[in-house]
Amino acid sequence: MKHIKAFGSFWWDFVVGDDWLAAAGVIVAIVATALLTHADINAWWLMPVAGVGVLYLTVRRATR
Amino acid sequence: MSAVFLVLSSFLASAVEMVEALTIVLAAGLARGWRSSLTGVGAATVVLAVIVVVLGPALTVIPLSSLRLVVGGLLLVFGMQWLRKAILRASGFKALHDEDAIFARELEEARDAGQIVSEGMDWYGFALAFKGVMLEGLEVAFIVLTFGSSQGSIPLAAAGAAAALVIVAGIGLAVRVPLAKVPENTMKFAVGVMLTTFGIFWSAEGAGVAWPGSDAALLVILAGVIGVAVVMVNGLRRKRTSLATAGVEA
Repeated sequence: MKHIKAFGSFWWDFVVGDDWLAAAGVIVAIVATALLTHADINAWWLMPVAGVGVLYLTVRRATR
Repeated sequence: MSAVFLVLSSFLASAVEMVEALTIVLAAGLARGWRSSLTGVGAATVVLAVIVVVLGPALTVIPLSSLRLVVGGLLLVFGMQWLRKAILRASGFKALHDEDAIFARELEEARDAGQIVSEGMDWYGFALAFKGVMLEGLEVAFIVLTFGSSQGSIPLAAAGAAAALVIVAGIGLAVRVPLAKVPENTMKFAVGVMLTTFGIFWSAEGAGVAWPGSDAALLVILAGVIGVAVVMVNGLRRKRTSLATAGVEA
């Protein structure tokens, strides 16, 4: 059990890192982009805007 | 253009991780003996090579749009982690990465650890070097594989990583001190910018977006990410100065 927990913790740290908000924000932005393109809207602008927004939020959280 | 980005990103990311791994290996070698430490380096290199050899071909059979969606998302998360730390370091909210200080700490810990010797091998030195190379190398392997497969050229990405290995290991062997003079924080900033740029581009493309100007959009995203990061650094520097001034006045 200890090893499984350590294994999970390693991958969480490796992929998600210090702030889960960045990972969650990226997933939400990708899903929203996919939904919009599925509805025939070429939402090329969404990922850059979301990327900047999430970066701003995660940096802000770290400096509060 | 994408090929240049690919090699440069792979080279910079690999160089940064290898500088960090070198610091740990040097501390292990000096404190616990070179035989055990270099055996640890060799073992970690073999494990990393197996990961690349097994996962590399597997990634090439995944449809490109699915691969770019997943890889783009992961690169964007990685890129934001790097860029966030780089912004915090550049603005003074986080201490700069100091290889000399890390080396001194690792060396002290390695010297203080008890002897775990059997069959002529110091297993503490082995484990320390193995862990250092494995953990730092895993990120390099991930970047090389994902960048390479998404761009359709794992060998090109591997060439960037190999060039970094030759340069960092060569200098490390020659000088036998941590490479503290490498502009590590600037390199991390550059890697964060590139991972974020590719992450935005590929994840959107994987989600079905057609970029205006096709691959040329990469340059616009790159300029935008650099601009936003620089604005954030300047804003945070001003915030830090005003906080310091308020602290002095209080």
